[in-house]
Amino acid sequence: MARVKYASDFDKSVLLNNFDARGWVQVTPDDDWNFYWAGVHNIRNIFGVETGFRMGDDQVINHFPNHVELTRKDLMVKNIKRYRKELEKDGSQLAEKDETGRFVHLDFIPLTFMLPADYNLFVEEFRKNPNTTWIMKPCGKARGIGIFLVNKLSQLKKWSRDGKGNSFVAPTAKETYVISKYIDNPLLIGGKKFDLRLYVLVTSFRPLKCYMYKLGFCRFCTVKYNASVNELDNMFVHLTNVSIQKQGEDYNAVHGGKWTVENLRLFLEGTRGKEVSDKLFDEINWLTVHSLKAVAGVISNDRHCFECYGYDIIIDDNLKPWLIEVNASPSLTSTTSSDRIMKYKLISDVINIVIPPGELPDVRWCKVPAKEHYGNFYLLYDEDLAQADLLNQEIKVRAGAGNAMVRGARDLRKPSQATWK
Amino acid sequence: MSKDQQGEQFMVDLLQHLRSSMLYTDLYTAAQEEASKPSIKITELRKGVLSGLVNGGWDRKLQNAIYYYMQTHSCQPHQSDSEHHKEPLVYIRKAQQNWEKKILKSLNSMCTELNIPLAKKRLEQEQKDMLSRWTELGTDGPDLSQIRPVYAPKDFLEVVTGLQNLNYENALTSGSNFHNFWGVIQVPVKVKSIDQLRLQYSEMAVNQCQIGVDDVSDISADLFDVEQTRLSNKVLAAKHAPTAQEYAKKGCPTSARGELWCQIMGIEVTDVDILYYGQLKTSVIQHDLLVDNLLYKDVKLTATNDDHYFVFEDFLYQVVLLPFSRDTVVLKHFEHNSTTPPKSYIRGKLGVEEFAVVYPPNGVIPFHGFAMYVAPLCYVYKDVVTLYYVFRHMYMHYFYRLHSLSSHPQGIVALSSLFERLLQMSEPELFQHLVRIGCQPLKIAFKWLMRAFSGFLASDQVLLLWDRILAFDSLEILSVLCVAIFCFRKTNLMKVTTFSAAEVSVRPQYTPSSYLGRDEPLCDVDLGLLPLLDVQQAGKAMIIGRLRSHVLPSLSVYHIG
Ligand SMILES: Nc1ncnc2c1ncn2[C@@H]1O[C@H](COP(=O)(O)OP(=O)(O)O)[C@@H](O)[C@H]1O
Ligand SMILES: [Mg+2]
Repeated sequence: MARVKYASDFDKSVLLNNFDARGWVQVTPDDDWNFYWAGVHNIRNIFGVETGFRMGDDQVINHFPNHVELTRKDLMVKNIKRYRKELEKDGSQLAEKDETGRFVHLDFIPLTFMLPADYNLFVEEFRKNPNTTWIMKPCGKARGIGIFLVNKLSQLKKWSRDGKGNSFVAPTAKETYVISKYIDNPLLIGGKKFDLRLYVLVTSFRPLKCYMYKLGFCRFCTVKYNASVNELDNMFVHLTNVSIQKQGEDYNAVHGGKWTVENLRLFLEGTRGKEVSDKLFDEINWLTVHSLKAVAGVISNDRHCFECYGYDIIIDDNLKPWLIEVNASPSLTSTTSSDRIMKYKLISDVINIVIPPGELPDVRWCKVPAKEHYGNFYLLYDEDLAQADLLNQEIKVRAGAGNAMVRGARDLRKPSQATWK
Repeated sequence: MSKDQQGEQFMVDLLQHLRSSMLYTDLYTAAQEEASKPSIKITELRKGVLSGLVNGGWDRKLQNAIYYYMQTHSCQPHQSDSEHHKEPLVYIRKAQQNWEKKILKSLNSMCTELNIPLAKKRLEQEQKDMLSRWTELGTDGPDLSQIRPVYAPKDFLEVVTGLQNLNYENALTSGSNFHNFWGVIQVPVKVKSIDQLRLQYSEMAVNQCQIGVDDVSDISADLFDVEQTRLSNKVLAAKHAPTAQEYAKKGCPTSARGELWCQIMGIEVTDVDILYYGQLKTSVIQHDLLVDNLLYKDVKLTATNDDHYFVFEDFLYQVVLLPFSRDTVVLKHFEHNSTTPPKSYIRGKLGVEEFAVVYPPNGVIPFHGFAMYVAPLCYVYKDVVTLYYVFRHMYMHYFYRLHSLSSHPQGIVALSSLFERLLQMSEPELFQHLVRIGCQPLKIAFKWLMRAFSGFLASDQVLLLWDRILAFDSLEILSVLCVAIFCFRKTNLMKVTTFSAAEVSVRPQYTPSSYLGRDEPLCDVDLGLLPLLDVQQAGKAMIIGRLRSHVLPSLSVYHIG
């Protein structure tokens, strides 16, 4: 067993217990580590040009240098918009639109504008549908901080006045906002709103290799949902962030408002049938892969990096999933004991996929772990495999051998027989 | 009565029952329609009508009706009011009576202590308020701080084990081999042998495919799931109860479960049922019962704090529990039960029989954990009325047996005894070890039995288990599962030296704290980690894979020799 040297910016038990259990040795980030679980703030320094830091072949780290392309709210939206445009330009059938101009296959984020940059565009849209509720979110914050709902333009005017918004100085990420159409028809269970927190592991962007974690969970609000205007500023109704809900008087510390995705599926399949449930989860896989493909071109695909993202997804009452945001550093704090167990397993499973079993990290490694090392992950998409399969398929089709299943795209069935380009 | 006479009487009753059913009128109308069809030859009227009815699926419906009747009415001497028939063993009858007295007494003293009546009519305004909060009864409910569950599994276990002293002599003289029995149940109830069980549950043998097992390789399990799902459509289309029941022996696919269960139980919600449910709701709104508070409190103590069920909290009050306590149809189950519904007296008329009323109206005083009989069903039915009738059926056929004393082979006494005997036979060493450290196995398993495992297994697992209860029409699977869990945890159990350690290490979701290192002990680690820990057992062919999925086909876990 190789003795891995690890560094960690967090002293979370779910991390340290894992490292301990493997007999790894702790070193500081300045030492020669093999495995570094870094905070996002340190990533900038490590990969910054001025540090000139070079990593060895036996070093891996848990973030990509410019992950913000995916994990900052405004950049994610920009990249997805650009991705769709490019596909459209290429005449890809993925970019198919319906008669109202909506993308048929790639309409998975709520309509979003950047503020202040897109203010005029937003006003135009607002005037078209004046009875819509919008949600304002600061680009550089997390955990529900600074979020508010808006249903009148005057509320925005007030915001720009209060926020000493000086239009002559380029705003920093902290001052820029995204404003998104508020999903006001979320699927309710027991009368309450919830969203999904799913973990997605990416070991490479080019070629794309990503895994979905089976043990994601739903985060429930503690107060019954109520779309009425009077409740717009009641964050216990609208925001599912645990950090917000924890403040509520109805917060239950035993389960923390967390319900497993497995239970969600059991419930949906039992009460609504297999077909619609399968479709929902297929669509979630689909949007995840495309959100990653949307940034694959711009992420600097450093071989030393892997990243475990926290996807926030809301399901509406038509059982359509919407991507809300992607977190680079999903919380590893455990609110309940099952939470701790789940997160412990998550980290353990991540390690088993990113490091060859029982060895030191090796960036020259093919990054294709054996299936028995997937743990609770399943392979979402492997571009190499998908391409190989496509090729095989072509050969077979030419040889008249029928169609093979696309291996890289297991679990990804989509209405149109989409090609993975 | 002779055997023949009994059979005759049974037929008479059955026909009587059919004649007074809705089916009879429907069938009559259908027959008339057939008879008036132009294609019918008058010379072959009988034949023509019959085949017309068969084509219209009426034979299935008739078969189903007879099947449901048979499920509830055994071909036994007909003396439903005789105490002897309900419970032949005098001391069990006595014990049950004493127990009922005790429960009532504690209910009454709660009333006195808290100065609240057993029942009172709500004021007009209160009724309106209740109606407007109907879907969120969990918030701003009544003050429950003073309310305590009337009894818990622990108390009932005492009563069950208390049965031993009463007629021990009898047991010895009746020739059973009780003297070399190590358990706490000393009542001579008849239980099945392992061979009989194997025969009964032959569909669950290790070499058979099952839904919900993942010990076999992925591919064959997946294939079986696909095949079973495909088959479920056919089964559902047939609308034939015995077929559905046979099918469920291998487990129901999640998406077909709701309908399959309804077919097995003969539940088809009609307008009358909807109306009836509406009446129950009205009576909830009109009257405030003390048992409501008990039910509220029970939900708060159980489902509300449960990772699997908290989202259904309001559903539980609204849909099921409160209407259930008003439902006098539930009283019918007392006909087959040693229990008598508790009575109360109208104010000021204590002890005067004419003023006695059954309290609560359905005759069931909830115990701690009662709500858990309903909770798993929330994963199966979204229609409130269907959910209600399914729950009521399951209660009246199975669950009531888990908290009343009787010598019935499906009763809690027999199930407890079955558990002890199976465990003693298959793992004598383990049993002795546990007894030596002062930890009678039943003390751990009893609450699992009493709640039919609800709350002790993951929700999907409970449903898979209940599939088998319905499919085999028997609660015996519960005892077998208890044994399976003990066998599965043998290695850990053999190491413990105290009751509490034993209790922790046998929890369906448990991993020794050492596994997780630095933190305080964790008792509810989920099972993915287990195979790593139980290497020895895994090797024993008893368990191949994760307990979670094994728990179900428990007979395959419980695989002796
Ligand atoms: N477009 C939306 N529609 C409905 N709810 C939303 C929307 N965007 C965000 N939310 C709610 O607000 C919460 C926080 O938003 P999010 O974008 O995840 O920001 P943060 O980084 O603060 O977590 C989400 O978890 C979700 O419950
Ligand atoms: Mg978020």
